[in-house]
Amino acid sequence: MSATVAVDEKTITLTVNGSPQTAMARTLAQWVEQQGLNPQAVATALNSQFVPRTQRAAQALNEGDTIVTFQPIEGG
Amino acid sequence: MAEYQKDPVAVGSAQVKEEPAKRAGDTEQSPLPPGRPDASEWHIGGRALQSRFLLGTAGYPSPAILQQAIAASGAQVVTVGLRRQLAVGATASAEGDFFSIIKSTGAHLLPNTAGCRTAREAITLAHMARELFDTSWIKLEVVGDEHTLQPDPFELVDAARELVKEGFEVFPYCTDDLVSCQRLLDVGCKILMPWGAPIGSGQGLVNPGALRTLRARLPGVPLIVDAGIGSPADAVQAMELGLDGVLLNTAVAKALNPVRMARAFGLGIRAGRLAYESGVMAKQDMAVASTPVAGHPILL
Repeated sequence: MSATVAVDEKTITLTVNGSPQTAMARTLAQWVEQQGLNPQAVATALNSQFVPRTQRAAQALNEGDTIVTFQPIEGG
Repeated sequence: MAEYQKDPVAVGSAQVKEEPAKRAGDTEQSPLPPGRPDASEWHIGGRALQSRFLLGTAGYPSPAILQQAIAASGAQVVTVGLRRQLAVGATASAEGDFFSIIKSTGAHLLPNTAGCRTAREAITLAHMARELFDTSWIKLEVVGDEHTLQPDPFELVDAARELVKEGFEVFPYCTDDLVSCQRLLDVGCKILMPWGAPIGSGQGLVNPGALRTLRARLPGVPLIVDAGIGSPADAVQAMELGLDGVLLNTAVAKALNPVRMARAFGLGIRAGRLAYESGVMAKQDMAVASTPVAGHPILL
């Protein structure tokens, strides 16, 4: 699936893993890419809702959104 | 209400196929060499396993020691977790290294929902775990008390109900309370993981009577003791009670020599299962002479 997303130069302010961040991404997939993250290696939640990998490209980002990313770790 | 005793078995009388004895001089790097099981195969979550040891991966001195401990344990299932990233990319390298090591072991991954306090949190984390680890297995943890990390049975049942509907194979970390265990079965869990003692405490089985009750009342249900195991003797005790497996982490990770301790637990768990399948003798109040004396001349 391919998607064309118009990206203007306007930045938005996000809260990413608890810290403020300005970003130009307009979708969650773009944001993941712009962070240099391997899309397969993180799980994402937007405003406390899990967003599956397959839905990141269709998930728009808006001013004030909260993104949380999760990664594999050791566990008991 | 579910029927819990469709397939009753008598404790200590499990039927097993005899395996040939190992040759003298055989070396054994793992407690369970491939192709040489000497305890019965079992099935959980759609998979056939020979080892009844499930090993946690947290808190080892180094990734290399973790890798060696998994190999020495013979475990075919290892638990993993997932964590909210503190800063993007800050720990990506180290964690990536951990994950590649875990994958290289070939063990089945059992992700957990550690740290969750509500069903909603646990369900969300389970979705993430399924995506990240590419498995529908989930060790469902929903903690209800900060000091004991005791599972919250109400939130646990709510989360389990939803996750089972969504196709997860739910391994609930639960207490040893019979009725809450029955409720977990009612909502579709096929496996139960009652605690032996609080997580990381190393106290062993603080309530073996409750575990014995679970075994007696839920004879067809795979029961895995999860948490609280301190020494291999605790694991042997659990297996001799007829529980189906043992999941532990700290007792190996924090041992002076985790690799050798992993092997010790692997051997103990196998020994305990063999003992259960062989039928442990009944205790007697008084001495029963083991040497035949009938017909012996009386010399004194």
